[in-house]
Amino acid sequence: MDSCNCIEPQWPPDDLLMKYQYISDFFIALAYFSIPLELIYFVKKSAVFPYRWVLVQFGAFIVLCGATHLINLWTFTMHTRTVAMVMTTAKVFTAVVSCATALMLVHIIPDLLSVKTRELFLKNKAAELDREMGLIRTQEETGRHVRMLTHEIRSTLDRHTILKTTLVELGRTLALEECALWMPTRTGLELQLSYTLRQQNPVGYTVPIHLPVINQVFSSSHAVKISPNCPVARIRPAGKYMPGEVVAVRVPLLHLSNFQINDWPELSTKRYALMVLMLPSDSARQWHVHELELVEVVADQVAVALSHAAILEESMRARDLLMEQNVALDLARREAETAIRARNDFLAVMNHEMRTPMHAIIALSSLLQETELTPEQRLMVETILKSSNLLSTLINDVLDLSRLEDGSLQLDLGTFNLFAVFREVLNLIKPIASVKKLHVSLNLAPDLPEYAIGDEKHLMQTILNVVGNAVKFSKEGSISITAIVAKSELLRDSRTPEFFPVPSDNHFYLRVQVKESGVGISPQDIPKLFTKFAQTQSMATRNSGGSGLGLAICKRFVNLMEGHIWIESDGLGKGCTAIFMVKLGIPERLNEPKLPLMPKVPTNHGPTAFPGLKVLVMDENGVSRMVTKGLLVHLGCDVTMVSSSEECLHVVSHEHKVVFMDVCVPGMDGYEVAIRINEKFTKRHERPIIVALTGNTDKVTKENCMRVGMDGVILKPVSLDKMRSVLTDLLEHRVLFEAI
Amino acid sequence: MELVQIQRRLVDYTKSLFMEGFLDAQFLQLQQLQDDSNPDFVFEVVSLFFEDSEKLLNELTIALDQPNVDFKKIDSHVHQLKGSSSSIGAQRVKNACIAFRNYCDVQNIEGCLTCLQQVKQECYLVKNKFETLFRLEQQIMASGGSVPTTELGF
Repeated sequence: MDSCNCIEPQWPPDDLLMKYQYISDFFIALAYFSIPLELIYFVKKSAVFPYRWVLVQFGAFIVLCGATHLINLWTFTMHTRTVAMVMTTAKVFTAVVSCATALMLVHIIPDLLSVKTRELFLKNKAAELDREMGLIRTQEETGRHVRMLTHEIRSTLDRHTILKTTLVELGRTLALEECALWMPTRTGLELQLSYTLRQQNPVGYTVPIHLPVINQVFSSSHAVKISPNCPVARIRPAGKYMPGEVVAVRVPLLHLSNFQINDWPELSTKRYALMVLMLPSDSARQWHVHELELVEVVADQVAVALSHAAILEESMRARDLLMEQNVALDLARREAETAIRARNDFLAVMNHEMRTPMHAIIALSSLLQETELTPEQRLMVETILKSSNLLSTLINDVLDLSRLEDGSLQLDLGTFNLFAVFREVLNLIKPIASVKKLHVSLNLAPDLPEYAIGDEKHLMQTILNVVGNAVKFSKEGSISITAIVAKSELLRDSRTPEFFPVPSDNHFYLRVQVKESGVGISPQDIPKLFTKFAQTQSMATRNSGGSGLGLAICKRFVNLMEGHIWIESDGLGKGCTAIFMVKLGIPERLNEPKLPLMPKVPTNHGPTAFPGLKVLVMDENGVSRMVTKGLLVHLGCDVTMVSSSEECLHVVSHEHKVVFMDVCVPGMDGYEVAIRINEKFTKRHERPIIVALTGNTDKVTKENCMRVGMDGVILKPVSLDKMRSVLTDLLEHRVLFEAI
Repeated sequence: MELVQIQRRLVDYTKSLFMEGFLDAQFLQLQQLQDDSNPDFVFEVVSLFFEDSEKLLNELTIALDQPNVDFKKIDSHVHQLKGSSSSIGAQRVKNACIAFRNYCDVQNIEGCLTCLQQVKQECYLVKNKFETLFRLEQQIMASGGSVPTTELGF
């Protein structure tokens, strides 16, 4: 509507519409001018707008549009040509700019749109990364918790601490409301509440072990969610509205035997404990997977820690037990030693005390026998003698046995005639045997050596004992004694598998068999025969008159002689055979006649113990000199006597083996003589042995003698036996330092 | 039989000597030394003892009579006597000698004189005893028997 552009803007009353247009244009112009202002303002503020050029264009476009509308205001009324010109210019410009802008926008709008999508994409990505981060963080935290828990659990070997720590730490890590551990009872039929987190002293709730929910938990190695209403979870007083989720996991109770060296512990163990964890009530928390994993790992660790603790407890207990046993054993040993000592003391005393009166009784009874007696008296004396001999034998037996057991008895080795021993036994036994009308026969093998080295006395005692038993227990029949040299085939007797005798060049094994056809022994009694003081029923009925020690002593002697003794019997009424084997030495080939003269060590009752031994005796006192000479002559020595030190030094030569000098005579210095003799004979083997005879037993004398180099001191008066033993010792050892 | 009786008497007599303390175990040792190669050993030793002791006792008497008593010499004599008596087992003589020596050590002349008397007395007694003993033995030997050895388990 082109109205006339009058100068005066007068409103024609019927152009209401014009008025409205006028107002709208005004506002449009206003807006169009303010929009770019706002844009500029905000663009200036923001830093990231990449399209400034577009904005400028747009701004220009809008400004021009606004200008156009503004100029439009003047065109409602009559207007001049200038206004029309301006208007036209503005419109032209506006048209140009708008077209340019439109063209520009075609390029720009897709870009702007893609920015938007990229922004959206980035936002999504950021959200995703956040989530992942959260996951990793929780995982790492879980790992940290596990490590910490493990460290806490494994830092102690005390079972209670382990379990308590586990519960505490788990409670803390997972922010649990309650955490409980149920252990199986001894019977294995129930689970008992052993530890809880919040309650201090859990009263012994028990729950039967074969509930389905418990079985479910036990059969899986993972943590299992269970209902808060099941018995194991209902340990706290109810009162909350929404109990939190509950999870249960099994804790295997491993045993030492589960840990094989090569295999990993097989979980064949059927014993599990149950750990129950409850999240706080009234919270919306749920069990997350990582938390369950944490719980499982912890359960495993606890199992291992518990087994370690159990092992430790076990070994501590074993060690304590061992220590106790040690102490007890030590005490027992000491008591035994005390007992043995007491017994030995007792025996030593009794030895002397018993033998002395026995000796007196026997000696005087035998003397009494020599005197004139009436037949009655003689009978009485003989009985006394017999009884006392028996008693003496008994005492000797007991004392022998105890010495044997102590191991203090040693064999008296010497060369003896074996045949003679057997003949002697036969002679001793023949009278008794003939009284009982028993026939005794002796068979000695042709290859049995006539002489042997061994303990003659004890061998005879053994043979006598065995044969004597045979005679004692046979009522009728015959007894045969056989002695052979044991050959190697025979040596391995099936009945004595532990006895492996090995003959050698110097030794042989003598096997003696005594067979009797008497009452026999039942097989179960045979082992008892060799025990001390034990007598079987059959034996006790006879008045055996023995102490029951005989065979026990024989066994000890035979063992000492490195042999073996045993008895065979085919049963009651079938007689029995006693067999023993002992090891004897074979003497070297020597001329037979010289044998009896070979000196037996240490005692010799023959006159010539030291044949031809040249001895020098120095003593001022005539009587004592004569006595000493007598002693030494009696022992077979060749004695030279001197009565002064000068004479002694003059006479002494390397032929003299021993020099006896009296040192207790004041005024004559025996010590001086000793020193001079030492000087005279520089070589030790040429020097005679120097022995001092003195009446003083004090230390000073002894020390002086030692100082001057004497080899021995003897206290006067000297008995024959003492002199003999002194000489023996001296010649053997060249030194003797106390024969006092 | 008479021989048996004499033997018995000898044994009893010997025993009594032991009981009364005249002899001790040393005498038994001496007896043991007597054998076929040395048949009179005991007799010889005892005789020698009495010869010696007589000499010593004389010396002692003279020594104690001196105005200046030489205790050293006395001590040495007594020592000799003690040694001899203990060698043959003359117990009482030996004990007396020991007492004598004690007085000698303290140089008590009175005591020494008393002891000397005692020793003399003891020697005299034991000499008599020995003489009886030897007489019995000779009787036994003359009758053709053997001297029973003393065996005492005490």
